[in-house]
Amino acid sequence: MGDWMTVTDPGLSSESKYISQYTSETKMSPSSLYSQQVLCSSIPLSKNVHSFFSAFCTEENIEQSISYLDQELTTFGFPSLYEESKGKETKRELNIVAVLNCMNELLVLQRKNLLAQENVETQNLKLGSDMDHLQNCYAKLKEQLETSRREMIGLQERDRQLQCKNRNLHQLLKNEKDEVQKLQNIIASRATQYNHDMKRKEREYNKLKERLHQLVMNKKDKKIAMEVLNYVGRADGKRGSWRTGKTEASFFLRNEDEMYKILLNDYEYRQKQILMENAELKKVLQQMKKEMISLLSPQKQKPRERADDSTGTVISDIEEDAGELSRESTWDLSCETVREQLTNSIRKQWRILKSHVEKLDNQVSKVHLEGFNDEDVISRQDHEQETEKLELEIQQCKEMIKTQQQLLQQQLATACDDDTTSLLRDCYLLEEKERLKEEWSLFKEQKKNFEKERRSFTEAAIRLGLERKAFEEERASWLKQQFLNMTTFDHQNSENVKLFSAFSGSSDRDNPTVHSRPRQKKPHGAPSGSPVCTSKLTKSLPASPSTSDFCQTRSCVSEYRYWSIVLSVY
Amino acid sequence: MHASARSPDWLRRSSSVTSGRGGAVAAGWVSRSWGPAAAMNFSEAFKLSSLLCKFSPDGKYLASCVQYRLVVRDANTLQICQLYTCLDQIQHIEWSADSLFILCALYKRGLVQVWSLEQPEWHCKIDEGSAGLVASCWSPDGRHILNTTEFHLRITVWSLCTKSVSYIKYPKACQQGITFTRDGRYLALAERRDCKDYVSILVCSDWQLLRHFDTDTQDLAGIEWAPNGCVLAAWDSCLEYKILLYSLDGRLLSAFCAYEWSLGIKSVAWSPSSQFLAVGSYDGKVRILNHVTWKMITEFGHPATINNPKIVVYKEAEKSPPLVLGRLAFPPPRAAAGPLSSTESEYEVASVPVSLQTLKPAADRANPRIGIGALAFSPDNCFLATRSDSVPTAVWIWDIQKLRLLAVLEQLSAVRCFQWDPRQARLAICTGGGKVYLWSPAGCVSVQVPGEGDFQVLSVCWHLSGDSLALLSKDHFCLCFLETEQGVGTAFGQRGDHT
Repeated sequence: MGDWMTVTDPGLSSESKYISQYTSETKMSPSSLYSQQVLCSSIPLSKNVHSFFSAFCTEENIEQSISYLDQELTTFGFPSLYEESKGKETKRELNIVAVLNCMNELLVLQRKNLLAQENVETQNLKLGSDMDHLQNCYAKLKEQLETSRREMIGLQERDRQLQCKNRNLHQLLKNEKDEVQKLQNIIASRATQYNHDMKRKEREYNKLKERLHQLVMNKKDKKIAMEVLNYVGRADGKRGSWRTGKTEASFFLRNEDEMYKILLNDYEYRQKQILMENAELKKVLQQMKKEMISLLSPQKQKPRERADDSTGTVISDIEEDAGELSRESTWDLSCETVREQLTNSIRKQWRILKSHVEKLDNQVSKVHLEGFNDEDVISRQDHEQETEKLELEIQQCKEMIKTQQQLLQQQLATACDDDTTSLLRDCYLLEEKERLKEEWSLFKEQKKNFEKERRSFTEAAIRLGLERKAFEEERASWLKQQFLNMTTFDHQNSENVKLFSAFSGSSDRDNPTVHSRPRQKKPHGAPSGSPVCTSKLTKSLPASPSTSDFCQTRSCVSEYRYWSIVLSVY
Repeated sequence: MHASARSPDWLRRSSSVTSGRGGAVAAGWVSRSWGPAAAMNFSEAFKLSSLLCKFSPDGKYLASCVQYRLVVRDANTLQICQLYTCLDQIQHIEWSADSLFILCALYKRGLVQVWSLEQPEWHCKIDEGSAGLVASCWSPDGRHILNTTEFHLRITVWSLCTKSVSYIKYPKACQQGITFTRDGRYLALAERRDCKDYVSILVCSDWQLLRHFDTDTQDLAGIEWAPNGCVLAAWDSCLEYKILLYSLDGRLLSAFCAYEWSLGIKSVAWSPSSQFLAVGSYDGKVRILNHVTWKMITEFGHPATINNPKIVVYKEAEKSPPLVLGRLAFPPPRAAAGPLSSTESEYEVASVPVSLQTLKPAADRANPRIGIGALAFSPDNCFLATRSDSVPTAVWIWDIQKLRLLAVLEQLSAVRCFQWDPRQARLAICTGGGKVYLWSPAGCVSVQVPGEGDFQVLSVCWHLSGDSLALLSKDHFCLCFLETEQGVGTAFGQRGDHT
């Protein structure tokens, strides 16, 4: 951008108003202004190009125009339009090349200027909008400032009001306090006044009472009397004793004694209670201590390793205390030092325990936190599945055991050897055995009774027999046989083979036949023998080696029946 | 004690209990297990005047007054054993401690008449003459009578054994000025001389003065021995909150003051073990002092709203059909209905929060209806029953072992009186209506007193065995026999037979 001298020529401007005000310093014809106009403003140029040039350069003034232009151009630093002339007098020639160059340069310049102008205009616009924006901002901020100022004023006002109120309230409070004080004073004064009056009145009242007393009591009022049919004895049966000065003193002493005895008893009772409570508490403390020591001692090593741990010193105390603990008797002393020791050691251990628990807590929480991140931890589902599987396995195992047991039982039941029967006997439940024993003893007792009866009966019969000699022989023999029968039965009290044989006809106990053996043994547990059989029946395994189960049951049942028959006979 | 054991002609079963037992919880039973009583039988109503009805201390007899007649009945069969006629209307009766004598005071005449149970012909009349008579009581040995003359001029000690008469001067006219230790050895007496309060401790066996000391009170209102007889509690009048504890030898053990300026102590009760002293005051709180340091252990407030869901609130609710015109119309003519008459109210367990009905006290009147007007420990020390006068319809029951509120019973009308069963934790309550209420830790029951006409229970009185309960109305009384829980099965079976 070139530097333009902007000077306004009033003469020129007045001459041609429509011409731009931008003009260069000139002493030329007014038409030269138009060229200026061309340079400066492009807008009117397009319109008035013809008029311009027609106005500036005519046929007549070519020379002047050229010289003028030359002059102008040289002043602007362009090379002269004229050729360099050797002589001054010679007319200067117009250099066309220079003119064209100048024109080209002027055009270039013109274009540049136009560009620059455009730039300037856009910048101007930009700046203008910027300006607007800033103005807006400014206005807004101003507004804000105004409002906040107003607000501040409002707040200040409120603050002032509140302070005022506060002051008033303070004043009121003070007044109220004063009032309270005053009222309290009034109350107090009234109370004293009241008390005073009361006292006065009470004195009067007492005087009156005294007077009344004298009047009522001293008049030997005949009416005041007790009519009683006869005096009754004292509740304790004692007789009243006469009061003399001496007895009175002794009475007083006795009463004092008794009173103190009562008080003493009460205090003793209370002391006993407190002692008991103390003992209980001491016991609890001791137990706590013991448990703490036992709880803490396995961890002794750990804290000791850490030398910086403060609990190290306390641990040694624990050991000491543990040693002390053996001297249990010291605890029974309620002397101060022992008490202190106990409480101190408990306190220490408690501290250790607390720190330990806290440590554990921390660890647990850490582990807990880690546990969530850890993928190796078994998930709940897996866990449950596992437990389910295990339970199933247990169930299966149980079933297996059950079937095994069943098989074993069946085998045992069906087996008829002595060994198996003994085994069988063993496999009876203890309870059943007990029951059997009981029944057996009962049975024995019954048998004894029967025997006794029988003896007495025989004796009576013998006596009877003395009278009837004729019948005696026959009777005696029969009795003897009977008696013998019974005694043999008694001798084999564990077996009823005899009895059975008596019915079956064979007295041989060691009958080798397989068929009879179960019969011999079974009645031993007569009442429970049948259940075994029935159970066998229900189970009915084909593996039974002996004769048909049904037969056996029948035999058992029949045996039992016989047995009962025999019992009823005797 | 079963119904069959007694002559059944006078036995009537309570309608409510009967129907209640038959129809499960419907008729007033609100209990988690068996309630306070398994079954109740009521005697017929006997005449009574001035609420004078007392069981003898040995529990064998029941004395009651009808105008100027004194009737002594067997406590079990209720057959009349003795009938005595006094000179005028009886105003006060009292059994001697050995149950051999009964004292009848005729205050208007200034007379005391004593009757012997063993010798009906024996009589004794004590005339206080122009000195007048305002109070009369037995000494614990049952051989002396302490008569207080009018204006509290003196107390005369009359002996039934000898002709001797002793006088005690300057007795104080106060709420509770005479108290005997439970073993009957000592008498503590409030005195007033020269405008100062004194307490005299006398030995009952010979009426010798043992201790005499002044108390630091403005106006002594009452004294009471601890049940162990070693500590005496003395409290000031309601103008000042002050309770003093004295040892038997007159030493001041402790003094307690909860607050100043406002109205103070209204009621005081010792626990049967002498371990606790409950002090009810006009601020609506009960303060419990311990016997070791005599300091306050806890403070029981009586708020009008109960929010804690742990507290059981038994609310007596009207069950009547809408046709009935409210409580005052009760009971409806029961002659025809008999045991089938509908129960008018029952207990419900109210769900918290519950707000109790409160009275607005008149501030401009003396003796305002605020504060703890009544409080009583159960015989096993486990419970404390209280009544706040500003909430007159409620009875609070506190657990002393846990030191917290256990249950609240809200009645339909103001609680007149309550008394603990002397044998177990069972509380009988009456409200001046036709019902008696029983509470025990197991539950709560309201029982309609059967019979023709209105029986408004104004007061209750337990037999010392806890098996029966005397219910007193204005001019009748009846006995209520409670079958204990052991007899539940048989009683339950029997009930069907009887009804």
